[in-house]
Amino acid sequence: MSNKLIKLLKERAWWVRKETIKIHGISPDTRLASSLSDVEIFTALYYGKILKYSPKDSQWEKRDRFIISKPHGAISLYPILADLGFLNKRELKRVGENGSLLGGIPDTTIPGFETINGALGHGLGVACGMALALKKKKSKSKVFVLSGDGELFEGAVWEAIMFASHHKLNNLILIVDNNKISMLDYCKNTIDLIPLEKKFQTFKWQVRTADGHNIQEVYDSLRELKEEGGDYPKVLIANTVKGKGVPQLENDALCHIRSLKQGEVINAIKNLGKV
Amino acid sequence: MRDVFIEKVYEKMRKNSMIFFLSADLGSPALDKLRNDFKDRFINVGIAEQNLINVATGLALEGYAVYAYGIAPFVTMRAYEQIRQNLSISSQIKPVNVNIIGVGAGLSYDVSGPSHHCLEDISIMKLLPNFMVFSPSDWKLAEYFVDYSINIKMPKYLRFDGRPLPLIYEKINDAIFKKGFHELLKGKKVCLVSTGFMTHRALKVAKELQGIGVIDVFMLKPLNENLLFKALKKYKYIITIEEGFINNGGLDSLISKILRNHRSGIRVKNMGFNDKHVFEVGDRDYLHRLNNLDENSIIKIIKEWTKQ
Repeated sequence: MSNKLIKLLKERAWWVRKETIKIHGISPDTRLASSLSDVEIFTALYYGKILKYSPKDSQWEKRDRFIISKPHGAISLYPILADLGFLNKRELKRVGENGSLLGGIPDTTIPGFETINGALGHGLGVACGMALALKKKKSKSKVFVLSGDGELFEGAVWEAIMFASHHKLNNLILIVDNNKISMLDYCKNTIDLIPLEKKFQTFKWQVRTADGHNIQEVYDSLRELKEEGGDYPKVLIANTVKGKGVPQLENDALCHIRSLKQGEVINAIKNLGKV
Repeated sequence: MRDVFIEKVYEKMRKNSMIFFLSADLGSPALDKLRNDFKDRFINVGIAEQNLINVATGLALEGYAVYAYGIAPFVTMRAYEQIRQNLSISSQIKPVNVNIIGVGAGLSYDVSGPSHHCLEDISIMKLLPNFMVFSPSDWKLAEYFVDYSINIKMPKYLRFDGRPLPLIYEKINDAIFKKGFHELLKGKKVCLVSTGFMTHRALKVAKELQGIGVIDVFMLKPLNENLLFKALKKYKYIITIEEGFINNGGLDSLISKILRNHRSGIRVKNMGFNDKHVFEVGDRDYLHRLNNLDENSIIKIIKEWTKQ
C-alpha cells in the first residue's frame, strides 16, 4: 500500500466522518454511533477500490455485491455514494425530509444498496444465496457483507454461517463491525461473544482480525481476504469503537439511541480537528 | 399434488438452467429423482426455514427462479420475517421469483397435532403486499401453475395439501386459470365457497343437497373481485368453508369484503375453526366432525339456516 493511498484514505475517512455527523444534524433520528464505527470499513472498500462498482450502473453484472446487514449504521455510506456519483449530492442536505430519497435506514430505492435489511440477521443468508448464484454463473464477483457484532445474537446468522462453510462459499467475505455494544448494553453483559475468532474458526471460516479504525490495517486485511485463495468463506473481525470520533458517544453504553443536539453537532465537527 | 408439481418442475429444470430447488429437509418420492439428477441445483438447507428463504432470496436476486420447499406451518411462520423483508418488501423494488411451497395445508398432518396443523397461512400470507397466494384443490391445478411459477417474477406462496386428493378439474385452460376461481357446480339459492381440501368436502355436500352451487377459489391473491362477485350475486345464501381460523383474514374475510364492497344483501355464513387450536387426537375426518366441518354437520347447518 503506497503512502499516497494511505494519505488519501485517511483524508477520506475524516471527511466521511464529518459528513456523517452533519447528516445526523439534519436528521437526528439517524443512528450516529453505529454509523461512525464502520467509517474506515466503508472508506477502504470504496475509496480503496476493494469493491468493484460502477456508479453509473449500480446493477452492473460484474460488480462485487455488498450487502449491508446493519443498514442503520450506513448513514456514513451516504456521503461516499454521493461523492462517487451514485446519488445527487443535494440529497445529503435533505436526509429524512418529507419526500426525500435518503431515510434513516437505507433501502433498495437508493442506488448502491443491494438488499432490504433493517430487520437484523438476514443479510448473511441472502449473501449465501448470491454467492451460490455467482459460483453457478462462474462469475468472478465477490459478495461482501457488513454485519454488526450485536447482530450475531440473531439465530438465523448462524444458520447462514454453517451453510456458507458447508457449501464452501469462498467468494463470500463477511465483515463484522465489532463495536461491542448493541442497543441496551455492552455485548459482553448481554451475551458474551468472546472468543469470536474461535467461533468462526470452529465453523471452518478463514478469520482475520484488524483494528477497524486503522485504515491501513482495514485496507490490507480486506485486500488480502479478497485475493487469497482457500476453500472456505472469510471473515474480517474489525475491532471498532461505537461512536468513534465523538467523545460523548464513545464511552456511552446507550450511545446507539443517542441523538446529538444542534450545539453538540457543531462541537463534534469542531472536535474532529484536522486529518 | 406435490409429486405431480415436482415432476413438472423436474421437466422444466432439464431445459432451463436458471431454476433452483431448495428444501428445508423435507422430501417426497418425486423429489428423490430431482435431487439425484440436479445435484448442483437442488439444495437441502437443513432444518433451517429462515435460511431457506434467505438463500432463496439471494439466488432470486441473481436472476434464478427458486422453489423453497418445506412444511407449511414452519416455512410460513418460522420464516415470516424473512418472507416479509426479503420477499414482500424487497420485491416491490426488485422483483424476486421465489415460490414457497408449503406442504401440509390445514389439517393434513392431523395426528401430529397443533404444532403441525396449519390454520393461519391463508390469512398471514394473503396479508403481504406483492405476494401471490395459490391454494389448489387438485393436482391438475397444481401442475398448471408450474409455468406461471417460472414466468411470473414475484414471490408466491403455494399452499399444498399433504395428502393425495382426487381429481376435480378434468379440463383446465388459461381462461379458467386466469380467473382464479371456478364455479364447479351451478346452484340456485345456496352456494358453498371453498379452497383446497375443503372443496372436496363442498362437492360431497352438494351431491347430497341437490341444487346448491360450489365455487372453488384457488387463487386467493391476486383475485379479480368483480368477476367473483358476478358469480356470487346469483345466490341468496353463501357459505364459506375452509380449514383455517375464521373471522381472521382467511377466505371468509375475502368473500365478506367482496359482498360488502358491492353492498350486496346476500347472506353469508362462515365455517372453519373458531379461535382455538385443535388438541384432540384423531384423523382429519374425526377432527372435522368435532368442529362441525364434516359432511353431515355442514348439511345440517345449511338446512337449518336456509329453511325460512
